[in-house]
Amino acid sequence: MDRRSLIAGAAILGAAPLARARAQAANTVKIGVLNDQSGTYRDISGPNAVACARQAVADFGPRGFNVEIVFADHQNRPDVGANIARQWIDRDGVDVLLDVTTSSVALAVNDICREKNKVHINSTAATSDLTGARCAPTTVHWTYDTYMLAKSTGGAMVRAGGDSWFFITADYAFGHALERDTGEFVRQAGGRVLNAVRTPFPGTTDFSAFLVQAQASRCKVIGLANAGSDTTNCIKQAAEFGITRRGVKLAALLMLIPDVHALGLETAQGLVCSETFYWDLNDRTRAFSNRVAPTLGGMRPASTQAGCYAGVLHYLKAVQDMGVPAAKASGIEAVNRMKAMPTEDDCFGAGSIRADGRKIHPSYLFEVKAPAESRAPWDYYKLLQTTPAEEAFRPLAAGGCPLIRS
Amino acid sequence: MDELFGIPLPLLFGQLLLGLINGAFYAMLSLGLAVIFGLLNVINFTHGAQFMMGAFAAWMLLNWFGVNYWFALILVPIIIGATGIVLEKLMISRLYKLDHLYGLLLTFGIGLVIEGVFRNEFGSSGLPYRIPPELSGAWDLGFMFMPVYRGWVVVFAAAVCLATWLVIEKTSLGANLRAATENPALVQAFGINVPRMVTLTYGAGVALAALGGVLAAPIYSVNPQMGSNLIIVVFAVVVIGGMGSILGSVITGFGLGIVEGLTKVFYPEASATVIFVIMIIVLLARPAGLFGRTA
Repeated sequence: MDRRSLIAGAAILGAAPLARARAQAANTVKIGVLNDQSGTYRDISGPNAVACARQAVADFGPRGFNVEIVFADHQNRPDVGANIARQWIDRDGVDVLLDVTTSSVALAVNDICREKNKVHINSTAATSDLTGARCAPTTVHWTYDTYMLAKSTGGAMVRAGGDSWFFITADYAFGHALERDTGEFVRQAGGRVLNAVRTPFPGTTDFSAFLVQAQASRCKVIGLANAGSDTTNCIKQAAEFGITRRGVKLAALLMLIPDVHALGLETAQGLVCSETFYWDLNDRTRAFSNRVAPTLGGMRPASTQAGCYAGVLHYLKAVQDMGVPAAKASGIEAVNRMKAMPTEDDCFGAGSIRADGRKIHPSYLFEVKAPAESRAPWDYYKLLQTTPAEEAFRPLAAGGCPLIRS
Repeated sequence: MDELFGIPLPLLFGQLLLGLINGAFYAMLSLGLAVIFGLLNVINFTHGAQFMMGAFAAWMLLNWFGVNYWFALILVPIIIGATGIVLEKLMISRLYKLDHLYGLLLTFGIGLVIEGVFRNEFGSSGLPYRIPPELSGAWDLGFMFMPVYRGWVVVFAAAVCLATWLVIEKTSLGANLRAATENPALVQAFGINVPRMVTLTYGAGVALAALGGVLAAPIYSVNPQMGSNLIIVVFAVVVIGGMGSILGSVITGFGLGIVEGLTKVFYPEASATVIFVIMIIVLLARPAGLFGRTA
């Protein structure tokens, strides 16, 4: 063997693992969970959302392609989130951005995914603008949105006689959207919005000043257009100031089960809240919760985390249906395939994804149990009312999504 | 109804009172910082984490050992203060000869580690802690309902601040402390164990933070980031009051609580920034702070 062929042979041998790695990458879909891993929204998204995404991969089983899951902390800051999203897509070959807590970050990531033609499956950000004015052909919005929360919780409060409202609103995209959507329902039902205060986010811990202002307005309902520890602090301090004892109702417009856990039933009892998933809803949700429980560090999955599970599962079905290369090549095509297929999973049952990217399923109005009614750990809710899937979300034509007009 | 700038007076009184209550927390925390900075020349960035540890320690004592709020008020500062002493002995004491920056970086890093450990263990959404039955309920003051517990916080915090000020300004122990701040070598020559005094001072500053944490547990959500939310404001308070000035930090703490309370009425969006705006103005006009001595 002469020297030249020896060198050529060595080069081929050396390149073989590289080629294998490339072939491997071509047969792998990469899912990036981008959420709050360390701040106020950690428990409703965070590591447990990653665990739920992994559970979806495990439940889907080996089907001839690989799934890789990565995650990062966006610290609830749009600039940080946008940077990570760009890096993931441009450098690391991430195909799907999942979860994306915090509406301000979600709207930034939404634009990036549209521009780069990558899939954005959002579970935890609530702003209804994701499927409204800011909708994108690459987006699926899974668990809930501000319209659904406003309709379910807000509507129930108005029906119960709460016709004058005072909002305590987290001063960013999510709070504004929730206040706007709820205010609309209040006015439609003939009620009045007396006033709203915008509280700095993050960084407000004492809400007593705002609660006292609300009380001075003589409103019947204080609408909490915030989430996470903002909501729990408001509820805790409202109880302390005896506001609820004097007949003013609190509307916790976005309260999830980790928030109830943080408050304790003593403080939270009697509050109503809306979710689209509860671990103890039926046999299938219980089965899912039991499967995933060992990885959640003693918690139960929140609806937002269940949304990550169901979103990944449905995406993987679409990938299997259209083939990995096609799914990786175009986020729009992958999302179109997801929209064309009916959804089916343990958490949300049978459902569908609408043309504007809105995932459609029933919503549930729950009341938090009194301590005496709770029989087991995390036994927190009684079901008051179910809104069927077709009525739970904003009508397709009303959202102003440009995808619908064309 | 009587009004001032379009705001009904009763509402304004209510907000002033609430501001005073928040000011009590600022005063207690900045007092601890000021004491530590005054003697150790260390900017203790672990203070927020130690405040949070105080609240968690109260929760653990109640839920794991059945120790109630009143005993927690005594036990928690001792326990967390002791962890502070260990921290000072093991790490911080090695940095006194170096630039301020090293102490700042070390304590900041330790704060992050502590916060991370608690977050891993307890999650971010927090834990419930009930107001002790003796202090639940509210008084009707005419212009607002004042929860008994908040009244207790103001009175107790003011008493602690006063006691700390008395110890430092009026006792021989305080005189030694102040002397050691000026000239440690000379004080040591008089036979006073300065390193031990420094260690105990750090422990006492940490104990004040922990005490603040116990006071905060029933009204704020007990979660790992509760300290980092508050500590930035408290640093601004210390800077405005004048680094190391005991009286300055207490007065500024209460004062800024009131200013913040009023901002929440007139322009709530700015309530998180108003303190920093004041800090900038004060630094421009009096770089040593309102009560600080110019170096």
